[in-house]
Amino acid sequence: MSDPIIKIENMNKWFGDFQVLKNIDLSVEKNKKIVVCGPSGSGKSTLIRCINRLEEHQEGTIIVDGTELSENTKNIEAIRAEVGMVFQQFNLFPHLSILDNCTLAPIWVKKMPKAKAEELALEHLERVQISDQAQKFPGQLSGGQQQRCAIARALCMEPKIMLFDEPTSALDPEMIKEVLDAMVNLAKAGMTMIVVTHEMGFAKEVADEVIFMDEGMIVERAETKTFFANPKSDRTKLFLSQIL
Amino acid sequence: MKNISFLQIQSKSPLTNMYMGSTLLSIAIFDVFVSSFFSINITSFLPQNISTFLPLIIGFIGLGIFRMEYTGIHLLDKVNKNINTNNFNAFLTLLIIFVVIKATPPALSWMILDANISGDTKEACTGTGACWTYIKVWFRRFMYGMYPNELHWRINSAFILVIALGFVGYFFKENLKKYLALYYVVIYPIIAFLIIYYLISGGSFGLVWVETGAWGGLSLTFIVSFFCLIFCFPLGMVLALGRRSNLPAVRYISVGYIEFWRGVPLITVLFMSSVMFPMFLPEDFFMDKLVRVIIAITLFEAAYCAEVIRGGLQALPRGQYDAAKSLGMGYWKMHIFVILPQALKLVIPGIANTFLALVKDTPLIFVVGLAEIAGMLALAKTNPKWLGFAMEGYIFAAIIFWIICYAMSKYSYNLENKYKTER
Repeated sequence: MSDPIIKIENMNKWFGDFQVLKNIDLSVEKNKKIVVCGPSGSGKSTLIRCINRLEEHQEGTIIVDGTELSENTKNIEAIRAEVGMVFQQFNLFPHLSILDNCTLAPIWVKKMPKAKAEELALEHLERVQISDQAQKFPGQLSGGQQQRCAIARALCMEPKIMLFDEPTSALDPEMIKEVLDAMVNLAKAGMTMIVVTHEMGFAKEVADEVIFMDEGMIVERAETKTFFANPKSDRTKLFLSQIL
Repeated sequence: MKNISFLQIQSKSPLTNMYMGSTLLSIAIFDVFVSSFFSINITSFLPQNISTFLPLIIGFIGLGIFRMEYTGIHLLDKVNKNINTNNFNAFLTLLIIFVVIKATPPALSWMILDANISGDTKEACTGTGACWTYIKVWFRRFMYGMYPNELHWRINSAFILVIALGFVGYFFKENLKKYLALYYVVIYPIIAFLIIYYLISGGSFGLVWVETGAWGGLSLTFIVSFFCLIFCFPLGMVLALGRRSNLPAVRYISVGYIEFWRGVPLITVLFMSSVMFPMFLPEDFFMDKLVRVIIAITLFEAAYCAEVIRGGLQALPRGQYDAAKSLGMGYWKMHIFVILPQALKLVIPGIANTFLALVKDTPLIFVVGLAEIAGMLALAKTNPKWLGFAMEGYIFAAIIFWIICYAMSKYSYNLENKYKTER
């Protein structure tokens, strides 16, 4: 077993008095695809937002690619540059064209020359099949196209880990497939992925492991096949019976 | 239109209604027109009260008659839809038309027909109308203040240079585009200051020194507005960011600054800057009154700018911050490339509002003895040789201010459209 790329130990997090994450222990190896599922309010989004410190945790340690997340801003920025994130609401920058959305961070964060950044951006846009939309603005694209652009934007930073926060929840049913396809391709290319999603079909197809969360705790973590065929906890069984 | 009106005359043909209605309306308008332009009252055979209100009544009935549901006649439908939807609107429409017709002849004769513009003295104004001679004679004073006449070319050329430099940004090559903000926020103001200092103030390069007390008129309005505008905007931006900062010290300083300047009247700030402030300075330290006034107005307006910009920052969804952070951008990169461009675009109308208010606040500098255009008017109207022409002066100033402000507001609309990328 190789060294884990993400290592979370004894992590606790509160929003005010309310404890959202309780005693989280989680390690993820390189190139693994993990799907996190669970009912809403179970803390799964908060968990992955802690991994690139969009949320601060109060107790425990999070080590990403050998660097511990702490108050040190330099470390945090370095980690964020290595960890790509895709959001439920796409969060593209509406004042920039699709191409500029993708090249902004490589140019200014990684100091890449503009021409090279554009080449890279077009390559990744091609990968999610929207390179023909490169000159348009986000407002002119459909939800599915916007989400694929968001994936391309994250990929342009050439991250080691990709986090997906319910990437298909804000999409029309028809557009879910095109986004999932892009994610499946990415998974097949060997990216380390943590995906919060309710798309169990996607989980069955690409996930190595599934984590089930409820009330801020990791209730169950199992290999995908075992998870669906033979869940241990009653809570998981109940959840699966409702969602499948 | 389901308008049950006792005036509604039911007719099978909309055309009949239209002709009847428009005939009555034309009679009403004609009546008002001849009475106001030629002083002929065609209804003088009627008692006076009735004669006065007759056009209103006739016109009202006329509009009532041709108010119909969709007729297919384009013009008629348009009129009905826009100005004749119900009795009250019809009444307002008539009232507005009549007031305009009534007010035109006196305004016209005062401003143009009976006005004088020839001659160089008060005596040339013989008509009963406006005395534009006054504006003509004082024109240079209104434009340049007490600045010596033979040196006016210095002001003109300084302005032309500053304006020309303002357009330089348009010709920046692609690889220089990233320095655009730097140019406008730092370099341009410095160059503009140097141009105005050396050319208008003089004192070196063989140019005669003209003290700022002699500056005035419209050119001073421009100088004060120009520097206040370009300095208060960046300062406001920094304050707005400061107020939302996570660092308590920065946040409290910003809040304190904003609340302090928003809490004091501009006029007291100006007094302070010109009367009190020099007392706190060391003996040998001298700062020009105009510079002090510009700094005072800048500090004052920056507080307002800051709050407008903060409004824009708050309107942005949290996801934009998340996305920028998740790409590894730090505080400044995130704000410069993602947050501020969007927030500033949102607040263009608000900023335009603040800037217009600033330009119209500049006449207040008269209280510290600097006479820009409105100040020059106040001086000119008390000149013993030219008493009694305040009206002409104020109308002139109003027109000038209106032109400046309208141009600014048009420009802000253009900017809004230029940066519109959604949908």
